[in-house]
Amino acid sequence: MTTYTDPPKESFRLSMLLYDTRYRSLTIQVVALMGFMLLAAWLINNTIQNLAALGKPIEFGFFTEPASYDINQHLLEYDSRDTHLRASLIGLINTLIIAVMGCATATIVGVLVGILRLSKNWLVAKIMAVYVEMFRNVPVLLWIVLAMAILIESLPRPAAFRGDTPDATMKVFDSVAFTNRGFYIPEPLFSRSLGDIHLFGQSSLRMDVSLDFVAFLVVLIGSIYAARRVTARADKIQNATGLRPTTWHINTAIIILPTLALLVGLGFHLGYPELRGFNFQGGIHMRNSLIALWLSLSLYTAAFVAEIVRAGILAISHGQTEAAAALGLRPGRIMRLVVLPQALRVIVPPLISQYLNLTKNSSLAIAVGYMDITGTLGGITMNQTGRELECVLLLMLVYLSISLIISAIMNWYNNRVKLVER
Amino acid sequence: MKKSVILGALTVAGLSAGAAAAATLDDIKARGKLNCGVTTGLVGFAAPDANGEWQGFDVGVCRAVAAAVLGDPSAVEFVPTTGKTRFTALASGEIDMLARNTTWTLSRDVDLKNEFVGVNYYDGQGFMVPKGLGVSSAKELNGATVCIQTGTTTELNLADYFRANDMEYEPVPIETNAEAQQQYLAGACDVYTTDASGLAATRATFESPGDHVILPEIISKEPLGPLVRHGDQEWGDIVRWTLNALIAAEEFGLTSANVEELASNGTDKPEVNRILGVEGTLGEMLGLESDWAVNAIAAGGNYGELFEKHIGENTPVGLARGLNAQWQDGGLMYAPPFR
Repeated sequence: MTTYTDPPKESFRLSMLLYDTRYRSLTIQVVALMGFMLLAAWLINNTIQNLAALGKPIEFGFFTEPASYDINQHLLEYDSRDTHLRASLIGLINTLIIAVMGCATATIVGVLVGILRLSKNWLVAKIMAVYVEMFRNVPVLLWIVLAMAILIESLPRPAAFRGDTPDATMKVFDSVAFTNRGFYIPEPLFSRSLGDIHLFGQSSLRMDVSLDFVAFLVVLIGSIYAARRVTARADKIQNATGLRPTTWHINTAIIILPTLALLVGLGFHLGYPELRGFNFQGGIHMRNSLIALWLSLSLYTAAFVAEIVRAGILAISHGQTEAAAALGLRPGRIMRLVVLPQALRVIVPPLISQYLNLTKNSSLAIAVGYMDITGTLGGITMNQTGRELECVLLLMLVYLSISLIISAIMNWYNNRVKLVER
Repeated sequence: MKKSVILGALTVAGLSAGAAAAATLDDIKARGKLNCGVTTGLVGFAAPDANGEWQGFDVGVCRAVAAAVLGDPSAVEFVPTTGKTRFTALASGEIDMLARNTTWTLSRDVDLKNEFVGVNYYDGQGFMVPKGLGVSSAKELNGATVCIQTGTTTELNLADYFRANDMEYEPVPIETNAEAQQQYLAGACDVYTTDASGLAATRATFESPGDHVILPEIISKEPLGPLVRHGDQEWGDIVRWTLNALIAAEEFGLTSANVEELASNGTDKPEVNRILGVEGTLGEMLGLESDWAVNAIAAGGNYGELFEKHIGENTPVGLARGLNAQWQDGGLMYAPPFR
């Protein structure tokens, strides 16, 4: 009979941390981590000590002081007596506006250009190639400054609209004015408005939410949901019987009629801008800083998006296209139904980076005097209070949060469109 | 621009404790150069000329300090700063002194940890409009679009003024004077507001300065002067007394033309002799050579000479002495006694 005995259990000795390969890598990692933490602690400690030596300990009390400066573009109500916190909030909203507008435009333009660049039409493909190379090879700051300079120098000043024989006239049935101070477009007004609800009392975060807008959104989302139910039912019938009932007229009616009814009920009409005093009054004023920033950021990023889309499409084997063609699909449908859905899984991850880039590039806004969060919190507030470190740290935190939120949303979308693997 | 603010903040973070304070003078002597922060370009106050040499009223102060400390008015490294970057540049040690049309306010002096050493120009905020607008008073500016340099006290004065007068305006924030000029001339704003001296200086560079008027209202007090950072009083004293020497020199008739001759021969006035270093040990008290003030005055002339040469009535900027005349002439320029 053989007996198996366990090999004598080696007792743990300290030297094994260094000489035993089972533990060595762990030791190295622990030492490296401690070193890194020491370095970080030294940096932080040094900063705090130096600030104390300068007599500027870190504190955020200045946020409750009045900001004392005005901000031209503010979606929420704001005046110079409001706090620095509110000024930062206004800046944050301006950053988000440019980020959302920019990402949406960059995506639309980018996808179009990316597809057109693969066009068999030589001229179209080359024009798109020129566009992409021009935009992505010049720093975005130059595009922003150029766009601003063009807007300022080439468009008429408001005074040119004055007089019996003005040098400039309003466009689109006298409803839109293009001036070198920005574009004035009609604004939606409601004669039987539901009013606003006021949130957060008198605090720095207070805001008025227009009930008209909320009602509009609710009705629109409800209609879209109903329309999707109709489509789902049509799918079901098609699966069961092979015949698809026509749904487009029902869907159109479902989406348009309730919204229209709501607008009529609220007394919807347009408020037109008109020249009074120095400037146009009424209507929505899109400042040229917003337009310059929006156009240049989205066209710049669209060039990168176009390349990503092109890469995504080229990543799909040509056999797919041929197979779809053999089934009798037309080119547009091949792109929409066969190629793009597969290409999306290649496109979306790098697209996230482009969205993040655009959002971060929006901090160049100060070049054209657009008051984003870098202009308010990281600009005037920092300058007037002298709290550089606090403001810069907060600013970094804000951009980090925005970026992580965008990443989270896009990752969720990516998970939905990626191929289901088993 | 933004980068330099952040870099500046990091530099503050990276300074070893205590090194920021004291010994600015030794650093400058070791370096052989004075780092002086100026504007990015404001004709008359600080702007590079056709040869790339910095010229101007504020530049003159930098040169005088360099001459007093190093004996050489050209031993200056001019660092252009914007309204936003100037204090960070000073706090981080990137520059030794700032001579940049900077308004002396309590919070800048106390909370931003700067030390204003005096006033070299008493100014006030004004408005400039094109003549064609037909505006003759700032009270008629309700609803106007106003160009302002961001990061300045003018931004705050403007908000207060329009608020106090119950008027609306549309601010267009701009980073530098040059950009503001471009926007104003293109008509992207109706009004340009900054210190009245800055308006005059800017107007002087226009193709047709006569088409623009500066409105009579002065809406604030803007005492502009050089400053250093907190924590090195000895260095602050040197800059303060160099400025005072320039002002006193005008009072006593010391000019760039006669100062060296007077210094070698001496005069019969004891205070003048003390300034000239012929008598007493004022230079030694400051830690400088005895001829410090002679060098400072010889660098670009006394206060009055600097004024006339760069921004006076015979220059394109064309500013009258006004508040900035010597105290005997009814102005505010008053140097404490050299004793």
